[in-house]
Amino acid sequence: MNASLIVAAAIAIQDTILKHEADLESLDRAIGDGDHYINMKRGAGAIVDMQQELSTLSADAALNKIGMKLLSTIGGASGPLLASFFMGMAKVLKEKGDASIDTYAQAFATGVDTIRQRGKADIGEKTMLDVLIPVAAKFTAMATQNASSEEIRAALITTAQQGMLATKDLIATKGRAAGLGERAIGHIDPGAKSCQLMIEAVCKIA
Amino acid sequence: MKKFINKVDDILVESLSGFALAHSDLVQLNLDPNFLTRKQKATHKVAIISGGGSGHEPLHAGYLGFGMLDAACPGHVFTSPTPDQMLAAAEAVHADKGVLFIVKNYAGDVMNFEMAAEMLPFESATVLTSDDCAVINSTYTTGRRGVAGTVIVEKCVGSLAETGADLQACKALGDKVNSRTASMGVALTSCTVPAAGRPTFDINDTELEMGVGIHGEPGRKRETMREADAIIKDVIAAIMDALKPAKNSEALLLINGFGATPLMELYLIYNTAAKLLNEHGIHITRSLVGNYTTALDMAGASVTLCLLDDEIKQHWDSAVHTPALRWGV
Repeated sequence: MNASLIVAAAIAIQDTILKHEADLESLDRAIGDGDHYINMKRGAGAIVDMQQELSTLSADAALNKIGMKLLSTIGGASGPLLASFFMGMAKVLKEKGDASIDTYAQAFATGVDTIRQRGKADIGEKTMLDVLIPVAAKFTAMATQNASSEEIRAALITTAQQGMLATKDLIATKGRAAGLGERAIGHIDPGAKSCQLMIEAVCKIA
Repeated sequence: MKKFINKVDDILVESLSGFALAHSDLVQLNLDPNFLTRKQKATHKVAIISGGGSGHEPLHAGYLGFGMLDAACPGHVFTSPTPDQMLAAAEAVHADKGVLFIVKNYAGDVMNFEMAAEMLPFESATVLTSDDCAVINSTYTTGRRGVAGTVIVEKCVGSLAETGADLQACKALGDKVNSRTASMGVALTSCTVPAAGRPTFDINDTELEMGVGIHGEPGRKRETMREADAIIKDVIAAIMDALKPAKNSEALLLINGFGATPLMELYLIYNTAAKLLNEHGIHITRSLVGNYTTALDMAGASVTLCLLDDEIKQHWDSAVHTPALRWGV
């Protein structure tokens, strides 16, 4: 991973968020408070605006910078959570210092684990973690099996899709939809949806 | 939506600027990152910093000044502030005696203040306020929500800090006041978040939302509108159930308006609440009535009861000089 790939990923993420405005807004209006799309758009825009600066940095420094920027731009709960992900990832890349697929899988898993600790949430609580935890597990498993980049990307897109759809039947116990009880059943979690979209977009970068 | 607005995106900065101008004898505003401090930096004490989403004015910046807060960090409307605001505020006001954050228990606020505390290059502690006894978990929280009782926590902790007490003592008092305080709110109408442009929830003329939160988030249940005494009776019952006070307890009663309920009605509520509490054997010896923790333009009110002891009484009564609370000076 290098800075130009990170910039390409940021642009792909912004693109998919903007394309899915209606989806994200209607999901969040149903079981959230209607600001998820605006927050994601503001965050993605802030990162894309930094592309010149990012392109001069090492991968770990760029990811750390992204984390700090999201932390001061998004606010609410998603700001610290997404920031934790990138800062957790940056830490592993810095420590490992290599560019193997194993390291990337480990960095991703550490990023997800940092979110889990920050949000004190786990799988099955109708949050972004219902996408991220299975994707991290799949990524780690496939990296150790020496799967090809194409195989891994395809598998992660499918896993993310399944995790996102699975939130539909869950009662929320963490995040914005907690407190709605049974009323949240039948709705996909907006945070899970945006994570799935971002993972798909990044996996499809040529 | 009919509001005094120039551009929706400018509301926060224009409002903060007006606040800073109006109270230029007491406070100072810093923009980007947004935070406010006392005009005169206190150099002898633990720095008390609070913050949260905007729309609850005068919470928190209205409580900046002698005997209460040293700095306040306002987020966007109903959105928590970000750690860079808390870091810059702490840097501006700390006096090497540590920083105490007073944070209302909402997931976003908790995480943003937590990250700020981790990045802070000096000692800090946090008091989480969770006085709302309406619901255990809400749209915004895990655990009880922090609402109007936060004002009592900020007043008492601010007073203790002024005496030169150390960080742990200030935190201990904050935690104690919070544990002896319970609140519950009732909404008669929704509020309208300016950026959204339409009411947060639908409620008709024959309904009320019992246990509403200060962001217009749902409470215990939607009920039929009825006379004030009957509404307040249920609110007091919930508070009694949460606090389980001993007979003959001494207490502070705070009737807080949500923004669009006139003082006339707030005093009517006080009248009923005080009578009911008296029947429960509670002696109300301190009181506060007004708009202290609002929810934009929501019509409705909350009732807060704080069980007093000598220490809390001493720090409630002590001198305070802020834009929104002022006595003894």
